Amino acid sequence: MDGYLMPHTKSLNDAVTGSGSGDSTSATTDNATATTNATGPAPCYHCGQPLPAVIDHATWTVQIDGVAHTMCCPGCAAVAQTIVDLGQESYYRDRTAYAASAEGAQQLPPELQLYDNADPRFALDEDSCESTFTVEGIRCAACVWLIEQRLARLPGVDSAQLNVATERLYVRWQKQRCQPGDILGALHTIGYAAYPYDIDRHADQQRRASRTLGRQLFVAGLSMMQVMMYVAPSYLAAGDGTLDPDMASLLRWASLLLTLPAILYSALPFWRGAWAGLRTRTLGMDVPVALGIAAAFGASVIATFTGQGEVWFDSVTMFIFLLLCSRYLELRARRKAGAALERLQHALPAAASLLENYPTSQAATIVRAAALAVDNIIVIKAGEAVAADSVIIQGRTSLDLSLLSGESAPVPKQVGDTIPGGAINAGSMVIARVTRKAQDSTLSDLIKLINRAGGEKPRIALWADRVAAYFVAGLLVFALSAFCFWFWLDGSALRAWPIAIAVLVVSCPCALSLATPTALAAATDQLLRQGVLVSGPQTLETLHRTTHIVLDKTGTLTWGRPVLQGIQELGAMRSDFCLQVAATLEAGSAHPLARAIINAAEEAGRENWTTATLTETAGCGLEGTLHNRRYRLGSAQFVAGIAGLPPAREHSDGITPVYLGAEGQWLACFHLHDGLRPDAQETVDYFRKAGKTVVLVSGDDDVLARRVGDQLGIDTTVGGYLPADKLNFVQQLQRRGCVVAMIGDGINDAAVLGAADVSFAMGSGAALAQAHADAVLLNGRLGAVADSARTAQRTMQIIRQNLGWAMVYNMTAIPAAALGLLNPWLSGVGMAASSAVVVLNALRLRRKP
Amino acid sequence: MEALYLLIPLSVLLVFVALWIFFRASDDGQFDDLVGPALRILQDDDRPPPEHK
Repeated sequence: MDGYLMPHTKSLNDAVTGSGSGDSTSATTDNATATTNATGPAPCYHCGQPLPAVIDHATWTVQIDGVAHTMCCPGCAAVAQTIVDLGQESYYRDRTAYAASAEGAQQLPPELQLYDNADPRFALDEDSCESTFTVEGIRCAACVWLIEQRLARLPGVDSAQLNVATERLYVRWQKQRCQPGDILGALHTIGYAAYPYDIDRHADQQRRASRTLGRQLFVAGLSMMQVMMYVAPSYLAAGDGTLDPDMASLLRWASLLLTLPAILYSALPFWRGAWAGLRTRTLGMDVPVALGIAAAFGASVIATFTGQGEVWFDSVTMFIFLLLCSRYLELRARRKAGAALERLQHALPAAASLLENYPTSQAATIVRAAALAVDNIIVIKAGEAVAADSVIIQGRTSLDLSLLSGESAPVPKQVGDTIPGGAINAGSMVIARVTRKAQDSTLSDLIKLINRAGGEKPRIALWADRVAAYFVAGLLVFALSAFCFWFWLDGSALRAWPIAIAVLVVSCPCALSLATPTALAAATDQLLRQGVLVSGPQTLETLHRTTHIVLDKTGTLTWGRPVLQGIQELGAMRSDFCLQVAATLEAGSAHPLARAIINAAEEAGRENWTTATLTETAGCGLEGTLHNRRYRLGSAQFVAGIAGLPPAREHSDGITPVYLGAEGQWLACFHLHDGLRPDAQETVDYFRKAGKTVVLVSGDDDVLARRVGDQLGIDTTVGGYLPADKLNFVQQLQRRGCVVAMIGDGINDAAVLGAADVSFAMGSGAALAQAHADAVLLNGRLGAVADSARTAQRTMQIIRQNLGWAMVYNMTAIPAAALGLLNPWLSGVGMAASSAVVVLNALRLRRKP
Repeated sequence: MEALYLLIPLSVLLVFVALWIFFRASDDGQFDDLVGPALRILQDDDRPPPEHK
C-alpha cells in the first residue's frame, strides 16, 4: 500500500526544501480519517501526502462542505473540485482511506481516446455497448460510490457496477451518446486510472476456476451436512438394534443420493488430477485421494444395494469438503499473485501517431500500437517511445536505447537507419516506416519476462514433486499390504477394507505438492507488492544461500543520473522561485541536467509559466524571457555574458553546477550530483549484519569507487573494472564455492547478471539487464533487495516447517491407520487438518514481516 | 414414524432444489462480489450541487 501512495520518491523535494527524510509520507498512510491533523500542517486533503513547502494556497484550495481545504498539487485540487462540482462531497465524509495520488490527472492521456465504439470488444447489440474495465486505486466504500455516481451522470451510460473484490467495473452504454474514451476520461477526472479489461487474459480463466471451486465447495458442504443428518440415527442406534431395518435402508439410500452430487461434481478436481497424473505416468497427491474416495464410495454403494456391511457416505462427503477447503485457500493465494502481475503489463506504451496520407498530408491520427501494419508511416515526436520496429524515412535524431540495449548514451540515427520498438526518441521529430508489427517487436520483451515469472518451477518445488511421487507410490504399496495383512488375519474384508481406505485417506503429501508452491507463490506475491518482480524460478531459494553480495555503483548504489542536491542563492531571489524560472526555461529540453531541474520543480509544485523567447546555445545553456525579464541558465561563463562577473565558486568534487542569472544579476546556482540512493546505506548494513560479504564492483576509476565504498562501509571495493573483468571476478568467487548475488543495471552488467547465481536488476535500468536478471526492482528502490532476502529467509523457513510437520504427521498417522486405530472419517479429518495447517502456514508469507 | 418415509425423500428433494437455486444464483453473479453491495447500501444519495454553481 505504501508503494501505491508514494509513486515517486520524495527525496528530490527534500533536497530542495532541506527538510525531512524520504519516508515522511508513510506516516500519513495510516491516518485514514482524513480530517485535520492535530500535529504539524495537515496533509493534502485529497490524497494524504504532505504539502510541499512551495505551495500556492490560493489556487490549490477547494471548498468542501463549506470549509477550505488545501491540496498538495493541482492534480488533487482538480480532482477534488470535480467531485465538489458534481455535488458528491459526501465522498469525503464517508471515505475511510485517502484517495490514490492524483498525479497526472490533469490531462487525459491521448491513448485513452483511442478506444471507440467500433472496437468489436465492446459490442453488445445494435444500440448499446458493454465492457469491463479494470480500475486502479480503489480504497474504500466511498470510492465505489463515487465511481458509480460519476458514471451514472455521464450521458449515455445505462449502468455502471463496480466489483470491489476484483477491482472490475462493468459498464453498459449507448453507442450514439457515449464513447469508451469518455468513460475512461470521466474516471480520470475523479482520480482513478482505468483501462479496458482484456477478456483474453488468463486472469479471467483463473477467476472462473475460483468460481467453480467455490461452487464445488458449496455443494460438498451442503451434501456433507445433509448426509450427517441421515447417518446420525444409525450411529445413535448402533448396537442396541432399535433401528428398524427398513428405516436403516431408507436412510442409506437417502445418503447415497445426497453423496452423488459431491462425488460427481465436487470431487471432479480429484478425479481429473488423478487421471492426468496417471496418463503422464506420474503419481500426484490426487491418486491416493481419488482411490480412497472411490474405494469408500464403491464399498458403500455395494453395501447399500446388498443391505449388508458398513457405509461411509459421511466420511466421503466430509473428506471431499475439507480437502476442497484447503484447495480453495491455495487457489485464492495464487489468484492474488496473478492479479498483481497483470497490472504490470499496462506499463507498456500503447499508442502511435499514424500519418495516413503521407507525404501529401502530415496530419497525424493517434492509433493503437497493436493496429499498426507493416509499411504504415508513423511520426515519432521528441520524447515519445517508438511503437514498432521501423526505418527512418525523414529527419534525423538520437535515440535513447537504454530500455532495449542498455546503451545509456543516445545513439544518433538518420534516414535509412532502423529503429527498434520501445526506443525513446531523445532528439527531434522523425518520420518512419513500420517494418514489423508491434506485437513482434522488441517492445514485447517485458511481457515475455512477466510470463516467464509464472512459467517455470523452482528446484525446490520440482524436488518436492519428485519426492511426492515416491511417497505416493510407497503409500499405495503400503495400503495394499495393510489390506492383505488384515485380510489374511481375519479371512474377510470386513476390517481390511476400511483400514486400507484409512491408510489411503490419512496420508498427506500436501506439504510437498501443495504447500511448497503455495509458499513460493505467496512470497512472490508479497515481493511484487513491495516492488520486486521475481522472474527466475530459483531466486528465493538461491538468495537464501548467498554468501557474497556484489553491487554495481553507478545506477545501483547511486541514482545513475544527476539529481538536484541543493540550490545556492546568489542574489535577492528566493531559491524556490529560481527553481521555477529554471524549470520553465528548461521545459522543452530532454538533457539529463534539465530533467533533474524539471523533476525537482515538479516535486515542489510546478508553476505554469511560459517563456516568450527561448534560444539554446549548444554546450552552454539557454536564454529566455520570462515576465519581461531576460534570464540565462547554464555554465558560469555563459551566464556571465549577461549577469556580469561570476561569483566565487565553491563546490566539492562530483557536483555539476548550473547557474541562473538575469541581466546584471546572479540569481542561483543549482548543485546537481549523482547522489547515493537514500536506502543504499541501510541495504549494505543489512547484508553485512546478516553475515554476507558485500562487494562493490565499479567501472568507474578506483578512487571514486573507493570513496563510495568507504562511505557505505563496504568490505571490498574494486574499481576500474570492464564488463569482462566483472564477469571474471564473479566467476572466480563462484569457483571458490561462493554463492554470488549480483545487483546491477545497464548493458555492461548483463553478462555478469546472467552469470551470478542470483541477480537483481534495477527497474529503471536496461531491459536486457532485466532479461538476464532473476528479479527486477520495479520501483528502483535498492532497499527492496534486503526485503527480498528477508522474504527468502522466511519462505525457506516456512517450507522447512511444513516439511517437518508433514514428516511427523505421516510417520504417526499412517502406521496408526494401518493398525486399525483410525477409522475412515477420522482419517479424513486428520488429512484435511494437516493440509489446512500447511497451506495456512504458507499463507503467513503474504503478511508483511 | 411412518411419516419419515415421506419426509426423508422429501428432504432429499429439498436439497436438490436448494442446489438448483444455488447454481442459478451463482450464474447470476450473486457471489461474485461479496463486499461491494454491503458498502453500497450504506451510502446516502448525493446532495444537490450548491446553488451558486
